[in-house]
Amino acid sequence: MDSTYIFLQHYWWFLVSLLGALLVFLLFVQGGNSLLYCLGRTEEERTLLVNSTGRKWEFTFTTLVTFGGAFFASFPLFYSTSFGGAYWLWMIILFSFVLQAVSYEFQSKLGNWLGKRTYQFFLVLNGIVGPLLLGAAVATFFNGSNFVVSKGNLTDEMMPVISHWGNRWHGLDAFADPWNLILGFAILFLARLLGNLYFINNIRHEALNARFRRQLIADAVPFLVFFLAFVIRTLLKDGFAVNPETGQIVMEPFKYFHNFMAMPYLLVLFLLGVVGVLYGLGKSIFCKTYPRGIWFAGVGTVLTVLALLLVVGYNHTAYYPSTADLQSSLTIANSCSSQFTLKTMAYVSILVPFVLAYIIYAWRAIDRKPLTMEEIKEDEHSY
Amino acid sequence: MLETIDTSMIDWSRAQFALTAIYHWLFVPLTLGLAVIMATMETLYVRTGNEFWKRTAKFWMKLFGINFAIGVATGLILEFQFGTNWSNYSWFVGDIFGAPLAIEGILAFFMEATFVAVMFFGWHKVSKGFHLASTWLTGLGATISAWWILVANSWMQYPVGMEFNPETMRNEMVDFMAVAFSPVAVVKFFHTVLSSWMLGAAFVIGVSAWYLIRKREKEFALASMKVAAAVGLFAALVTAATGDKSAYQVAQVQPMKLAAMEALYEGGTHEPLTVVGSIKIPEMLSFLATHNTAGYVPGINNLLEGGYTLPDGSTALSADEKMVNGKKAITALADFRRAKEEGDEASMQIARSALKEYMPYFGYGYIQDKEDLVPHVGLLFWSFRVMVGLGMYFILFFLVILLLVWKKRLAEFNWLHWISLWSIPLAYIASQAGWIVAEMGRQPWTIQDLLPVNAAVSKLETGSVQTTFFIFLIMFTVLLIAEIGIMVKAIRKGPDEK
Repeated sequence: MDSTYIFLQHYWWFLVSLLGALLVFLLFVQGGNSLLYCLGRTEEERTLLVNSTGRKWEFTFTTLVTFGGAFFASFPLFYSTSFGGAYWLWMIILFSFVLQAVSYEFQSKLGNWLGKRTYQFFLVLNGIVGPLLLGAAVATFFNGSNFVVSKGNLTDEMMPVISHWGNRWHGLDAFADPWNLILGFAILFLARLLGNLYFINNIRHEALNARFRRQLIADAVPFLVFFLAFVIRTLLKDGFAVNPETGQIVMEPFKYFHNFMAMPYLLVLFLLGVVGVLYGLGKSIFCKTYPRGIWFAGVGTVLTVLALLLVVGYNHTAYYPSTADLQSSLTIANSCSSQFTLKTMAYVSILVPFVLAYIIYAWRAIDRKPLTMEEIKEDEHSY
Repeated sequence: MLETIDTSMIDWSRAQFALTAIYHWLFVPLTLGLAVIMATMETLYVRTGNEFWKRTAKFWMKLFGINFAIGVATGLILEFQFGTNWSNYSWFVGDIFGAPLAIEGILAFFMEATFVAVMFFGWHKVSKGFHLASTWLTGLGATISAWWILVANSWMQYPVGMEFNPETMRNEMVDFMAVAFSPVAVVKFFHTVLSSWMLGAAFVIGVSAWYLIRKREKEFALASMKVAAAVGLFAALVTAATGDKSAYQVAQVQPMKLAAMEALYEGGTHEPLTVVGSIKIPEMLSFLATHNTAGYVPGINNLLEGGYTLPDGSTALSADEKMVNGKKAITALADFRRAKEEGDEASMQIARSALKEYMPYFGYGYIQDKEDLVPHVGLLFWSFRVMVGLGMYFILFFLVILLLVWKKRLAEFNWLHWISLWSIPLAYIASQAGWIVAEMGRQPWTIQDLLPVNAAVSKLETGSVQTTFFIFLIMFTVLLIAEIGIMVKAIRKGPDEK
């Protein structure tokens, strides 16, 4: 294969992974919402929490949409196979995000006949379901899914669909594998940790601030247990390797461990990420006035998730393996767009730093001071 | 036993896409339209320093926010639905179709998401200039988003810039500029965005008229109507002009859609345009479709039977011939795959050239019955008339409002205020009718001539799609009722006093 094409496949896998990593970081919105009733004991406190995540939710949402679009453009066979096959898994995720999207704007408005509590329930629901299911979906990248791809079907006039799911559960079967759930829970507790750290940084409220730090400890323990269990098991398990000469997929013992050894920069990235998360977390727990834990834990999350997604895609690995038919497994080489499309989209991606720059600029402009109850009372657009 | 796709599953998948698209389109045009109106008002505030304009802009921004949230919510589903329910489509043309969706995310959605936050929460935090820029950038983001999604939609109507690659079994992009600046996309963009401005203007005028009926907020209402009528008239005229261009393009690239829009079964030269019933404008259809009053316009039967002369001098194929050619293309593809597996270079070459020859008819190979090639004539005929009729009405409407603004007599005519109020739903009906023409007229194709709906769907059980259809129906309907309730309350409350 053309070396430029191989480079472009890797470049796009990197971009998609980066978007995925940013999405996991931005799930702090969902994590924070899942804690709405744990942390907010009074209506006023909950209002403060909702208004705090309410100024960031659109970034999470937009990143989710862009992640989908970028995956579609760069690896269309994944888009068709996974979304069309694991139908229910993705649909439930989408339903929860739809409900979330209106819940901020509608909850405190006059005339909302569903009532504030219903919308807050939607926020909590999305706060739990979103990270849990997204985590479980990503775990299938390591553990495999039940599908068959046969492009030859296109020549069958009566049944031309190329990707078939192997059972009628259409993605709900992901929950049958406990390791998918374990990553799901790890992501959920990570999102809650990040939500707390974000609140610590973003809100000035005495009673709440003390509660944020207590809650950190409560979520840190299960996060570490689930996360370490998943990582250790992944390093020890057989992985889905692809023979670069023939394209054949084979099971290889310790594949993901080997990938880290073969790409030590990813190991460094991963360890830096983990240390970042732990530092942000630890300092926020032990230093009662420290507000900047979110930045260490946030950057750490991005690096960790990025490293994991690169490990599952690089070094001749099948990133979306099939347990129904091993040879149907998707690799970055067999599922990507054409060289022309990847190249064209690579030019477009040059604009990404500009996009990031204005996001940071605008974000800083409105977040210069932490949120207080006084500000919410004065602001006519508060939720 | 031969496996086939359940046709009811295809119908439910179509119904679900139509449902989610129709709901999404209830909110998008108001977002696009209000954006330009409220940004104009804020510009007036920044230029004149008059707090009145700030208050006015802020009121419309509040309504914008309520509408924006539900627009975002319903839009999420549309993108992912290409994967969930149209997975074969996503593979077959994902190499081309994915790109505009990705670009939309990167360039447009982040712009909208970032600056809408500054617009709502930044009044006391950023400078006047930065805030104004944010308001415009919110609207610009929405408009850029419209560009890319309309590029994607236009490509379904008029696929260009790609080639089929038998090695990978899909279409691949070969010319990005041809896709991104396709003439159909350019016309569709202006027609859709400007008609959305029209809807935004009709909304602002209608709501303002309600205040005049209630004899409150007079100054605010008249000022809002002034800005909206100017935007509305401009938009209505551009919409009409691009509509004419659009009809001409449809005649060239989707003649069956045009024939169905006109309920024209037997075509000919010097074709009149049917207004309604027996009222016809002589030679008008020929002129619209070919820019020549004597031009030949094929009817539905002509298109099915073929045999007439095409503009390039060749003879049109019948539907049966196209279906035969389509099957030849599919057989050639199967032959190519077999030869490739066997390493038979000579047979691969033969199959490749046969595929190339018959590829323009590829999609016809999946058509089982030629009657399937005819879209729903009644629906198209009437949707088209509703859209055009209301489009004409709105030109007159905005003209009258603007004239009375100029004469400073707009507050006097109570009956006109009622008409203005009732024109709000008319604008929505016109807008939806336009999309019904565009999308129902494309049937049975997901991509014109290339992939019919039965070859584009995901392989799911009918029950799954039915279930998600009803979940969407209930969820979106409940949210719509909630949205309207909130909107009505906010309107009743009116602009803030300070």
